[in-house]
Amino acid sequence: MNTEIKKTERQGAVLFTEYERGIAIKKAVSMNREDILYEIKMSKLKGRGGAGFPASTKWMLTAAAVSDKKYIVCNADEGEPGTFKDRVLLAEYPELVFDGMVIAGYVIGAKEGIVYLRGEYEYMLASLEDYLQAMRDENLLGKNIGGREGFDYDIEIRLGNGAYICGEETALIESLEGHRGEARNRPPFPVTTGFKGKPTVVNNVETLACVTKIVQNGGEWFRAHGTDKSTGSKLFSVSGDCKKPGVYELPWGTKISELLKIVGAENTKAVQVGGASGHCLSKDQFDRTLAYEDAGTGGSIMVFNESRDMLKVLKNFMEFFVEESCGQCTPCRIGNTKLLEGVEMIERNDFTFSYINKLKELGRTMQVASKCGLGQSSPNSFISILENFKDEILNKGNGGSNGK
Amino acid sequence: MENKDRRAPVSQQPHVVAKPEHPEHIGGSVSIQINEKKVTVPMGTTILEACRENQIHIPTLCHHDDLCIAGVCRLCVVEVEGMRTLQAACAYPITDQIKIKTSTSMVRKARRHILDLMISEHYGECYSCVRNNNCELQSLAEEYGVDSYTFGHVQESQYKIDNSSFSVIRDMDKCVMCKRCVRTCIDLQEVGVLEAVNRGDDTTISTFMDKDLADVVCINCGQCINRCPVGALHANDPSDDIWNAIDDPNKHVVIQTAPSPRAAIGEEFGLEPGHSMTQELNTALKRIGFDRVFDTNFTADLTIIEEGTELIIRLYQALVEKKEVSLPQFTSCSPGWVKYLEHFYPEYIPNLSTAKSPQQMFGSLIKTFYADKAGVDPKDIVSVAVMPCSAKKFECNRPEMDDSGYQDVDFGLTTREMAKMIKEAGIHLPEMPKSHFDNPFGEASGAGLIFGATGGVMEAALRSVVEFVTGNKAEDIFDNANIVPVRGFEGIKYVELPIGDKVGPVPDLIKHLVPNWDWLKGATLKVAVAHGTANAKKIMEDIKAGGKFSECHFIEFMACPGGCLGGGGQPIPTNEEIRMKRAEAIYAEDESLEIRKSHENPHVIQVYNEFLKEGPCSHLSHKLLHTHYTKRGKYIA
Repeated sequence: MNTEIKKTERQGAVLFTEYERGIAIKKAVSMNREDILYEIKMSKLKGRGGAGFPASTKWMLTAAAVSDKKYIVCNADEGEPGTFKDRVLLAEYPELVFDGMVIAGYVIGAKEGIVYLRGEYEYMLASLEDYLQAMRDENLLGKNIGGREGFDYDIEIRLGNGAYICGEETALIESLEGHRGEARNRPPFPVTTGFKGKPTVVNNVETLACVTKIVQNGGEWFRAHGTDKSTGSKLFSVSGDCKKPGVYELPWGTKISELLKIVGAENTKAVQVGGASGHCLSKDQFDRTLAYEDAGTGGSIMVFNESRDMLKVLKNFMEFFVEESCGQCTPCRIGNTKLLEGVEMIERNDFTFSYINKLKELGRTMQVASKCGLGQSSPNSFISILENFKDEILNKGNGGSNGK
Repeated sequence: MENKDRRAPVSQQPHVVAKPEHPEHIGGSVSIQINEKKVTVPMGTTILEACRENQIHIPTLCHHDDLCIAGVCRLCVVEVEGMRTLQAACAYPITDQIKIKTSTSMVRKARRHILDLMISEHYGECYSCVRNNNCELQSLAEEYGVDSYTFGHVQESQYKIDNSSFSVIRDMDKCVMCKRCVRTCIDLQEVGVLEAVNRGDDTTISTFMDKDLADVVCINCGQCINRCPVGALHANDPSDDIWNAIDDPNKHVVIQTAPSPRAAIGEEFGLEPGHSMTQELNTALKRIGFDRVFDTNFTADLTIIEEGTELIIRLYQALVEKKEVSLPQFTSCSPGWVKYLEHFYPEYIPNLSTAKSPQQMFGSLIKTFYADKAGVDPKDIVSVAVMPCSAKKFECNRPEMDDSGYQDVDFGLTTREMAKMIKEAGIHLPEMPKSHFDNPFGEASGAGLIFGATGGVMEAALRSVVEFVTGNKAEDIFDNANIVPVRGFEGIKYVELPIGDKVGPVPDLIKHLVPNWDWLKGATLKVAVAHGTANAKKIMEDIKAGGKFSECHFIEFMACPGGCLGGGGQPIPTNEEIRMKRAEAIYAEDESLEIRKSHENPHVIQVYNEFLKEGPCSHLSHKLLHTHYTKRGKYIA
């Protein structure tokens, strides 16, 4: 997807601001680890991958874990449909991401950082490698970084191979170790038992970029943006029926209707917040705010106008999950297939309301009983689209000739 | 937690928090609440363990006591207060004061949904399934009152049945993706034939490049069969052919029974594990129509003589004649182990004893010595072996196993298949009167009997070897001739036996091979025992690295955990407790016997006097009782 916005045109209060490589690293290595952790705690930064886990807690647990080796993993397996903000960060703002990784290594006590780069982003690999080399040349990677005696750290880039599941942090780690991408049982969590069994921080690209800015400007400064529970700003990958799709930096707390205005969306019928695994909102919900406490998202915003068939939208999402479930746990492996079959029944107008309701209940079981986030979130669109667009999908025409 | 010893991916390894040595100390235990009941458990106990200890039933399917945790079927989910999602009881180590609810509406609904989903993709009908009435999915469906196909039911077969293997048949239509077979193969046995392939609903268990099981490194141990909760894996059942032979008046059908099936077959008839049915089985087999019933222990005794003699020859050549000899000598009675070695350590084939397994020794004797004695044309003999083992089916079909001029053993039958035939004949085994084995082989010694348990071959060999060499009675050295150090379920056992300065005369049987025992004076015999190929692998790697096991003289290897009594043909279910009880039954039967040493078995002596006149390891015994092996390698066509 070619977003037409150029770096020079990007505007934002936190991330899309001026920054020069190494500033935050040099500042960090002159600080105590505890003080940096304090700033991050003050910032109330939450994970930007979608789950919204407090970043400082993750770091503190890993920093506190006793181990000879620790790892920082940057999750750049940006696979959620409709998400492309990490691509923009890596291509245009690598200084934010890599500096954040170095700071993480410094705080946690890791010597190795790994970028798990989405397979489809292979085209970036050479330039990112060059960038890392430039950092090494400037002593921002390597030994005694920034003049800090004993702080040795380097970053390696590893390519994913196109599996959506590998964006789930434990499946990502399995993949890094050379195994089939499957989520692990949790507990234990990667903070104590991660890559190669060692304490590991897995952070989203954007989270690490935020860290850089927090170290540069302080936690209080960061917290001044956004809402009380969702601090800072967020990169939104906006796609679909709008005049200006692309990556936008907006403060948390922005109303969906405001965002639609900014991107030039008209006649909007539905907004899918959070990608295929997110929720689909109808017009009456457009005054909801984009925030962890309301409509949370890892960044994907898909806009659908009145011309779109919501059943087709749903079918597309369900086909995606049927294909991308790793297949290890029962609810996700078979459940998604059953949900897709339900969509196809509606499509053929060969369904009963009672069966569709059973499938919704099945969806609720999948949300609580699946082994990992994939199966826990894959029924979201099924449930939200069928509930929010019930009239369009289930009650159209003769009300479903077989709809009893 | 990294564990270099395991090959399974971490997602398939136990994440069990190490339990404290002293749970009674402060911090060693944690108080939790299960369904309003307060209990205290050691840190790291899983929710499933905690519930089981408190008599709260949690349904499981992918969980198996022998295997690492997968947490994939999700049937064992429970509510943990404060957590957004349900937690898999099998995979959740308790380290906190949690409150657990095991039967809320959400939990029950989820379990029922999961069962409904599994059943929707489980092809076939229960009455046409080998696991009918012994199927975990079937039991769960009953337990949860499944009375309809909520989410449909697959109407057409999706997969071709793989019956390429002599031993194990895979019917993926019945697979419920619990991955027990995968974990058995890669983690318990460290063979790694089976793995999940594809994604989503297309996920299936497959071999390398989806090859037939006969064309991959499968060692036929059948441990996957024993742990499959449904009928997706079962043994290649020859019972129809055996019935045909029984029904054919021109065929003389003989059967040999191994000790392990006898110790376990009662389980198929509702008995608690640990009841030996040896003599009841004799009667049942006769009533079914077998013409003769022989005791495999007879050739187990013969194996001890042949394999023991081979060891003495190897030691003599190495120590006295200073020849290049392959030591340690490895046992060769477990066909799963033999194939494992042929695939993974082919360079160590010279270390394998050339002595055939008891089953195959019997096979060649039946169609030569016995045929002659009984006046039956060997071509009319159908030789059946009831074994605890699926690999025995492969073994009897090895092309080199035709030293009698015919296929030495025609059919290997598992304990399960034997029980099925007995039931089909309308016989309830436990009610059978007792009867003896048929001559000319008669009853065997206790040494042959204990072959069924891990360490048994070693103990049997040692009972004879110490008497041969020292001239003392085994009873004078070991209490009641029970060589306890080689017993038990520890994965690897290592024992050193100093011979001392006093040696005895060389027994007549092997006088022509060694002049005296002086060369063994002051020596220390080093032996080891391993069961389960994962343990075998540890020893083999140690030998490759020149570790302490490379200095052993004799090592017993059994492919299956627990030895033959835990074999892939044994009754389902299996776990360590069950295997322990079977072992107890075997050792108890051994102690009840008068003759407990192979070399004291009068029938064995008779065979050497009448038939194998040149003694053990002679020309004729090499022709009939010894074999050779095939270098297979890991990358077979």
